[in-house]
Amino acid sequence: MTTPRSNPPAPLNLTVAVHDPARRRALKLVGAGALGAALSQVAGGIAFAADAEPLKIGLIVTYSGPYADYGKQMDNGIALWLKQNGERVAGRAVEIVRRDTAGPAPDLAARFARELITRDKVQVIIGLDFSPNAMAIAPVLSQAKVPCIILNASASDIPKKSDYIARISFTVGQVSAPMGTWAGRQGIRTAMTVVADYSSGADAETAFKTTFEAGGGKVVDSLRVPMNNPDFSAYVQRIKDTRPEAVFFFFPSGDLPNNFLKAAKERGLAEAGIRLLATGEAMDDSYMQAAGDAGLGLITTHHYSTAHESDLNRKFIAGYAADNGDYAPNYMAMTAYDGMAVLDKALTATGGKTDGATLMGALKGLSIESPRGPIEIGDKTRDIIQTVYVRRTERLENGKLACIEFDKFEKVQDPRA
Amino acid sequence: MSDLHSSISWRRPVAEAAVLAALAALPLVSQDYLLLLTQVAVLALFTLSLELLVGQAGILSLGHAAFFGIGAYAAAFLALAGWEEPISGLLIAGGIAGLAGLAMAPLVLRASGLTQLMVTLCLGLMLHEAASRGRDWTGGDDGLSGFLNSPVLGLFEFDLFGVTGYLYALAVLGICFAAFTLMRAAPFGTALRGIRQNPVRMAALGTPVGARLAQAYALSAAMAGLAGALMAETTQSVALEALSFQRSAEVLIVLILGGVGSRYGALIGAAVYVLARDWLSALSPEYWLGWLGLLMMAVVLVAPRGIAGLLARVRLPRARAKTEDRA
Repeated sequence: MTTPRSNPPAPLNLTVAVHDPARRRALKLVGAGALGAALSQVAGGIAFAADAEPLKIGLIVTYSGPYADYGKQMDNGIALWLKQNGERVAGRAVEIVRRDTAGPAPDLAARFARELITRDKVQVIIGLDFSPNAMAIAPVLSQAKVPCIILNASASDIPKKSDYIARISFTVGQVSAPMGTWAGRQGIRTAMTVVADYSSGADAETAFKTTFEAGGGKVVDSLRVPMNNPDFSAYVQRIKDTRPEAVFFFFPSGDLPNNFLKAAKERGLAEAGIRLLATGEAMDDSYMQAAGDAGLGLITTHHYSTAHESDLNRKFIAGYAADNGDYAPNYMAMTAYDGMAVLDKALTATGGKTDGATLMGALKGLSIESPRGPIEIGDKTRDIIQTVYVRRTERLENGKLACIEFDKFEKVQDPRA
Repeated sequence: MSDLHSSISWRRPVAEAAVLAALAALPLVSQDYLLLLTQVAVLALFTLSLELLVGQAGILSLGHAAFFGIGAYAAAFLALAGWEEPISGLLIAGGIAGLAGLAMAPLVLRASGLTQLMVTLCLGLMLHEAASRGRDWTGGDDGLSGFLNSPVLGLFEFDLFGVTGYLYALAVLGICFAAFTLMRAAPFGTALRGIRQNPVRMAALGTPVGARLAQAYALSAAMAGLAGALMAETTQSVALEALSFQRSAEVLIVLILGGVGSRYGALIGAAVYVLARDWLSALSPEYWLGWLGLLMMAVVLVAPRGIAGLLARVRLPRARAKTEDRA
């Protein structure tokens, strides 16, 4: 059992990250995927063999099952940053050890974290798409004193679970609260909330209600919809009967927001004078085109739009498109891209030292320019502080929908920070 | 696959003890795979509980994760409430799961065949939903974490490399496997297999069929609860996923892969499944599920009685004269 296990260093190999769907299917059929992975890993190993000590990064994320897209987006984001920066993080070659949790699986995540630390000897762990997975590895990080950069998990409390966690994604409360303030400023006095019935939904509901009522508005009714409820007509009818000036909704990205938007259009909420407000999950780049005309005019608050106007974002989008063609990036690819930039800056500051205390010290208060705009890791909270944008969904000249930013809230923290 | 009273009965326990001792000595050689093997032990124990239900008593279940989850949450509640002693925590959690099994038995045993499958499925889903709603208790989607059990026997702390966790899990699995073996050979086990083959005839022979099945159901639930508690104590976290349908389906797949009706099926199935999964998913994170699927299909086609059945068939020509009967 002492032979090295058969996962040779897995540097991000663009050769396996096949994004042309037809080719992907073909690969799956002939089963060449694994072979390709093995070959390019060997090739990668040879390419990096010249470097004395590559930086070892453990990446715990989802690569298979219904959420496989998450891992692919993050891989692409990381690969793109490395490509644009000479394949080096703070002057060192990078070796990424990837682990697949296949969705929320805290026991697997905890085991992966421990194995990555004790067996693969990684210096830092990144990724963590699902909150339960991030929560589960927190005690391991504390025990081993290994830093972790969270690239997605959005439950409010995560950075409080271990001193070795820093988050650079976002929280649901962080993007929901500004919507309440913005709605108040527009002179909206009554609103209803509709959220998916799980912890993030409850976060969104509370955050919106707090800021909206602080601005003098009133939430007249709050509906919670089961996660697996595909039929929104009854809920939309109830909204129409209640006649608030606006309705704020939150569903996890996927098909639910589109189903809600379509039901709202069928029942004519806009014609009844009820404005639709949501968080950016409703306009996730991976799903938003399917909303069609039902999505037009929707106001959302979020930390990132692929249509954000900045040189860095244009560079990110163009680079991503060059590598991945029609497979559009979303906020996870962007966050993973940032993850590398953050790590690069922190390691440069520590002079390459990777021990937990030093690296966490460098991560605290660190700020960079991201494709989404300026971001900062809170000095005390170790949580993300960033600009939240107010966007309107519009149709571009090329026929695609896009979230066009027209207002913003700077330096927003999680409301529970 | 003979019973204990056959002529080779003494060889088996000795060989099994030798394997156990070898596994227990593993940390002296390498500590690289202990966490993985701990997971094998947990899954093997869980699968063994399903073998008791499906393989011995002939009760079908697609909701066995209910008891796994009850055990896991019970262990987590105890640790969070300050009851940090692991062994008593494990036993209490197993006991709670057993009681839950006893309570559900009348519902499940009322039905048979497909209807039974649906009842277990529904009970499992309802419990999952209840845990999802009871956020104040279960932590909802966030799960429970951040608890740490006190050292085993007051001596061995749960360490980062998982040495204690591994030996602890191995010991629990070993004891449960021995108990399962004894139960199987006892009149109780014989009665269960009789009921599986012909309940009417067993009733005519004077066996209290309903009571025996309810006992088997509760025992199986308790063992599943032990597995769940073992997972909670060794990984220091529990989430809703412990109660999920996927986990119920997974354990059934592992049992079929290993071999239903055999003592070793659960152990072999769990080892092959977890190791293959780990190896394949490290090799190709995106496509490993496909490879695992192919492996499953190959096993089902080549060895309908699972890997244990295949091994027995290879061995059989030598021992054919002695034991043809697997039941």
